[in-house]
Amino acid sequence: MTEFLQQLINGLALGAIYALIALGYTMVYGVLRFINFAHSDVFMVGAFSGYYLGRIIPQGSIPGGIVVLVGAMAICAVLGVVIEKLAYRPLRGRSTLTVLITAIGVSLLLQNLGQRIFGANPKSFPALFPTHYFQLGGVTVSTAQITVFVVTVLLLFGLRYIVLHTRTGMAMRAVSFSPTAAQLVGVNIDRVISFTFALGSSLAAAGGILYASNYPSIDPLMGTLPGLKAFVAAVLGGIGNIAGAAFGGVVLGLVETGVVALGGSTYRDAVAFAVLILILLFRPTGLLGKRQAEKV
Amino acid sequence: MTQPRMLLAGLVASLALLAGCGQSGGDGGAAGDTIRIGEFASLTGKEAAFGQSSHKGTVLAIEEINAAGGVLGKRIDLISEDNRSTPGESATIAKKLVSRDKVVAMLGEVASGRSLEAAPIAQSNGVPMISPSSTNPKVTETGDYIFRVCFTDPFQGRLLAEFGKRTLMAKKVAIFSDVSAPYSVGLAQYFREPWLEGGGQIVSEQKYTGGDKDFRAQLTAIKSTAPDAILVPGYYTDVGLIVAQARQLGITVPLFGGDGWEAPELLQIAGAQALQGTYYSTHFSPDNTDPLAQKFVAAFRAKYGETPDAMAALGYDSALVLADAIKRAGSTEGAKIRDALAATKDFAGATGVTTLDANRDASKGAVIITVKDGKFQYVETITP
Repeated sequence: MTEFLQQLINGLALGAIYALIALGYTMVYGVLRFINFAHSDVFMVGAFSGYYLGRIIPQGSIPGGIVVLVGAMAICAVLGVVIEKLAYRPLRGRSTLTVLITAIGVSLLLQNLGQRIFGANPKSFPALFPTHYFQLGGVTVSTAQITVFVVTVLLLFGLRYIVLHTRTGMAMRAVSFSPTAAQLVGVNIDRVISFTFALGSSLAAAGGILYASNYPSIDPLMGTLPGLKAFVAAVLGGIGNIAGAAFGGVVLGLVETGVVALGGSTYRDAVAFAVLILILLFRPTGLLGKRQAEKV
Repeated sequence: MTQPRMLLAGLVASLALLAGCGQSGGDGGAAGDTIRIGEFASLTGKEAAFGQSSHKGTVLAIEEINAAGGVLGKRIDLISEDNRSTPGESATIAKKLVSRDKVVAMLGEVASGRSLEAAPIAQSNGVPMISPSSTNPKVTETGDYIFRVCFTDPFQGRLLAEFGKRTLMAKKVAIFSDVSAPYSVGLAQYFREPWLEGGGQIVSEQKYTGGDKDFRAQLTAIKSTAPDAILVPGYYTDVGLIVAQARQLGITVPLFGGDGWEAPELLQIAGAQALQGTYYSTHFSPDNTDPLAQKFVAAFRAKYGETPDAMAALGYDSALVLADAIKRAGSTEGAKIRDALAATKDFAGATGVTTLDANRDASKGAVIITVKDGKFQYVETITP
């Protein structure tokens, strides 16, 4: 029973991280209908921003940690806007495939720039937030795990609020529905798209820092695998659907942990990607996604 | 899943190689007044600490050889290439070293998986290769041009089993290995047999993939089987996170592993407290009182301002053994160096006496190191 509870907590904590990264994927997809593969590398830049900011700001205090978190989110928001402006904006209106390949290019560029600038060696991430471990009847929970969970839930509701109840959110939904029509009724689509990227990238930064706080070894290629897993999570929940991304992340975290708990640790990643294939085969719109005709 | 990216990188690399073929192949490795030796190492990336240490040892050895007048009256020119700890790179580098730089011999690598990539290329081109510290037996099984100056995993597995039984007094052991590294899979296998023969029990076997960050699920499963000790035959970046997460989950039993643990980074990643009560076997301890070992430690400290570890010592010895063979061969021809290497007997270096056996492996003793209060400490020496 203790083992089951501990595995449940392990799964939820892992899932919350996937969910957090998946939120960023889904945000951009929801508005622009394209998968920003560079997201996982912005996530990496977020973690490294936290690493360098963490050297300046006193460690292990909650206000200090929040300052680092917000600082890294701001840096990545700017980075997201710059990437959109330089790489994606000139391609607006081109086929999705062109943009997709560009996104992979940006991802490779960020990885290799990261190796050049930060160095390719893994670095140990500082303890930004005070860390405690709670032992409840043989089950261990760390404050880092709880933080991830709380932040994911807060961001989930925050995003829903922005998208559904603000003017910018309304504009985002309008652009998502039809960019041309949105432009005709006076929506500044450039600004809306920039805002979407800023928001998505700052989510990636938050994800990067919380990920690094849980697994304190960071390197310029750290984004690849969690990024892919988060992508699976977003598709699993229904890409473009905010609640779906969070749901998909948690499901994936629990599935992976479940596979290991049942003795199949060799197949952990294989199962995660098999889930992606199964979903695409049988329910391409995801668990929470609505069926819709593909606009080609 | 990183396949498309790797494919792309591979394509770019092969294009670069093709472009390189257009140029003149350069003069032979022994032409002029230098002898060219190639080195491929993980100078950056996941196992950078290995490559850097080994490289520093090799560079020191070659400087000493050149200062003493070189070999066959010529200076040794070391051409080092970085494989960034990534799979696929070492083969490309080996091809480049052989075909463009025309090296007379190659040194590398620490990780067995990457030595295994380059070995077939060295073998088919008749270029002798010495791995300083790849312990997987398959490396030298590739062919008669491949040598190593360290012990092998069957020996290391056996000594870890013995250590677990005798010093840790464990009866039930859990094994947590890296499925993506031949080194880790091999070491786990070579531990299993003597351990079970010695009456030990294996209560749980879990797997991870190198580069994973979350090991809590596997560790929770291991914890529920209540082992007396956990064998983690992995590399230090993963081991660091595994040790930290194991302690967080309340696992207090000793964790132990092989020479893949050997890196100062282990301390940074796991933290001194989590590493309390962990042990690993390796090739060399700077506390060794042997005069040659002490001479090496002093020279290394003087040059780099740091204390050498096992990878540095083996990197140093690999270059010395090669230079000695070239000297005895009296030629830079691949086949002659090969024969001289195969005849290496009682060569005294920093890691003790090297004799290369019929399998082109060295047979050497190992030391056990523990971490105590944030410092690596010598425990005991185990001889074969």
